[in-house]
Amino acid sequence: MSGLADLERDAAQHGWLVSPGFIDLHAHLREPGFEESETIATGARAALAGGFTTICAMPNTEPAIDSPGLVAEVIARGAAARAARVLPIAAITRGRLGKELADLVELAAAGAVAFSDDGAPVSDGQLFRNALEYARASGRPIFEHSQDLALTADGVMHEGVVSARLGLPGMAAAAEETAIARDLSLARLAGGRLHLSHVSTAGGVELVRRAKSDGLAITAEVTPHHLALTDEWVAGSRAFAWEDGGDRATPYETSTKVNPPLRTASDVRACWAGLMDGTIDAIATDHAPHASTRKDVEFQEAAFGISGFETAVPLLLAGVAAGWGTWDRVVEALTTGPARVLGITLPENDRVVIDPNAAWTCDAAALVSLGKNTPLLGRALIGRVVACAVDGELRFDLTRIAAS
Amino acid sequence: MTWQRRHVLATDDWSRAEIEQVLDQTGAMVEVLGRPIRRTPALRGRTVILFFAEASTRTRVSFELAAKALSADVTNITASGSSVEKGETLRDTVRTLTALGGDVIVMRHAASGAPYFVAERTDAAVINAGDGWHAHPTQGLLDAYTLRGALGDLDGRRIVIVGDITHSRVARSDIDALVPLGATVTLSGPPTLVPSAWRCGMTPRGTTYEPDLDRALDGADGVIALRLQKERQHAGLLPSIREYAKTWGLSEERVKRMRPEAPVLHPGPMNEGVEIAASVAHGARSLIETQVTNGVAVRMALLYLLAGTPEQVA
Repeated sequence: MSGLADLERDAAQHGWLVSPGFIDLHAHLREPGFEESETIATGARAALAGGFTTICAMPNTEPAIDSPGLVAEVIARGAAARAARVLPIAAITRGRLGKELADLVELAAAGAVAFSDDGAPVSDGQLFRNALEYARASGRPIFEHSQDLALTADGVMHEGVVSARLGLPGMAAAAEETAIARDLSLARLAGGRLHLSHVSTAGGVELVRRAKSDGLAITAEVTPHHLALTDEWVAGSRAFAWEDGGDRATPYETSTKVNPPLRTASDVRACWAGLMDGTIDAIATDHAPHASTRKDVEFQEAAFGISGFETAVPLLLAGVAAGWGTWDRVVEALTTGPARVLGITLPENDRVVIDPNAAWTCDAAALVSLGKNTPLLGRALIGRVVACAVDGELRFDLTRIAAS
Repeated sequence: MTWQRRHVLATDDWSRAEIEQVLDQTGAMVEVLGRPIRRTPALRGRTVILFFAEASTRTRVSFELAAKALSADVTNITASGSSVEKGETLRDTVRTLTALGGDVIVMRHAASGAPYFVAERTDAAVINAGDGWHAHPTQGLLDAYTLRGALGDLDGRRIVIVGDITHSRVARSDIDALVPLGATVTLSGPPTLVPSAWRCGMTPRGTTYEPDLDRALDGADGVIALRLQKERQHAGLLPSIREYAKTWGLSEERVKRMRPEAPVLHPGPMNEGVEIAASVAHGARSLIETQVTNGVAVRMALLYLLAGTPEQVA
């Protein structure tokens, strides 16, 4: 087993990129309850293949992670996997039902690093205010999926010219923007640490920018897919936001169905701008693996979500190559940025090594995650994670996997 | 021109030449339907499966008559009483349809895009008989054929489509058939029933939006009224059916704003007194019954182009 020093020397010889291990604030590991989609162990291994040495597991499992015992269980299974470090996020409300607060202080004491009802926005404004206020006592942030559910109703993709053409019910950008506006107002009133999950709209980025310039202590994240793909992908385009033309796939591919939905190229541009000027603090994958039974159905019936760990690096490198951002800022948003959101120091002996020029095909066999639900499936991608060390231990080594 | 398409899922990417080829073929089929014995052997030995996962009588019967007029074997799989109602997945249904060995699957489905799902997973030719709000290409083609019959060339003609545009696969397919033929389309209807992007200047190529129906109809060359689903009112998209009828219904007064003899179309079934006055529906300008007849011919033309044997030209 080579140590960190060997790893870094090898990387230097090959011209590979070395950075502190990436931290993912937003991942769905599906265990307990949906083990056919992913388990804590498979998810934690897939995370390493994507360069993430620390991942925060969302609590929308069955049962939801809303008790100290369940938090402890996630920690134990994460540790047993000996892959990426797994940090549990606990539910804001009991059962994620949006009715009554979970025991936030006890959950924090059990090891929950944040609270979120991700996928089920807390619609009740008073309850959300209480959550922000009460969470102060726990010292942990609230991660909110900001979305007005009345406005998105039956929506399955971004509302715009593409949804109009495809005849699919849309989710207007305003559904995210009005919810962010409410959440920011309540954060101003209640104090507490609000972190906005997967901001995807130009309007949402601008609201966060203004709130920050007013001095509000909030943070926000964006996903790699919202930094690269557009709603045209639902119609079959396979061009990144900065490209024209290119190959076309069949329209209505359910792998493009995700919430928040893929937006327009100008939203992608605004997300990059927000990332570059510090409005956006972190890049988080919203890794959402699904078994094929949830995706091999009509578009309107399909589950939302993209399997995201293992394609984050190539998507971000492509955006940097297109000139929409810088690699240094991307690395910050994958390391110090999310560490600050969690209020932790960067684990000193975590490393990720990336070959920025490696060409590989993102096919089902190449993906470690059980979730093969990515619209990038079958595509040639540039840039791949070569190795990851967690606490000084080499836990992912692509060359060894390729050899075996 | 040799026919190249394997499926008919939507005509949004069809060339003018392709659409014209279908319309010309339709003309030949109208001639067949006018014969004392309305039958040709063009699809003898072929199996056409009618898979209707959403209730429909008119379109299904139209396809059935079309397939039988071409001597095809026809099998029906409908929503009621079939495994679709018992919660069978579309994936399973496709496996079954493929195993049954049909040459053509004609399908209607409530989910937009479902025909693409099926076409990707079967060897049969797929004809979309209506998917969600997305497309109803045979309706678009039969409307184009009907309008061409009434107006001659469609180049430079302006057709009004009025009603619930958002939820209408007919509206989308009418646009996709008429615009490539050189017509322009004026969309009219309540703002709540027209996609927001199309009201904000991002209308499809060849179309405009005019909320005021009187202005939309002024000097128009024809109008297609869409069926209003009464549940739109319950969804809060309309204050009342009465107000809708008054503001966007086709009255006798209104249709006179169009050019003399400009035709009136409706895909049926009609809500008389809501989107169209009975006197207009059954008046001199109405081509609604002609649409029904042409529908059979258009479907014959497509079945023939997709699955016919060349030596047995109608």
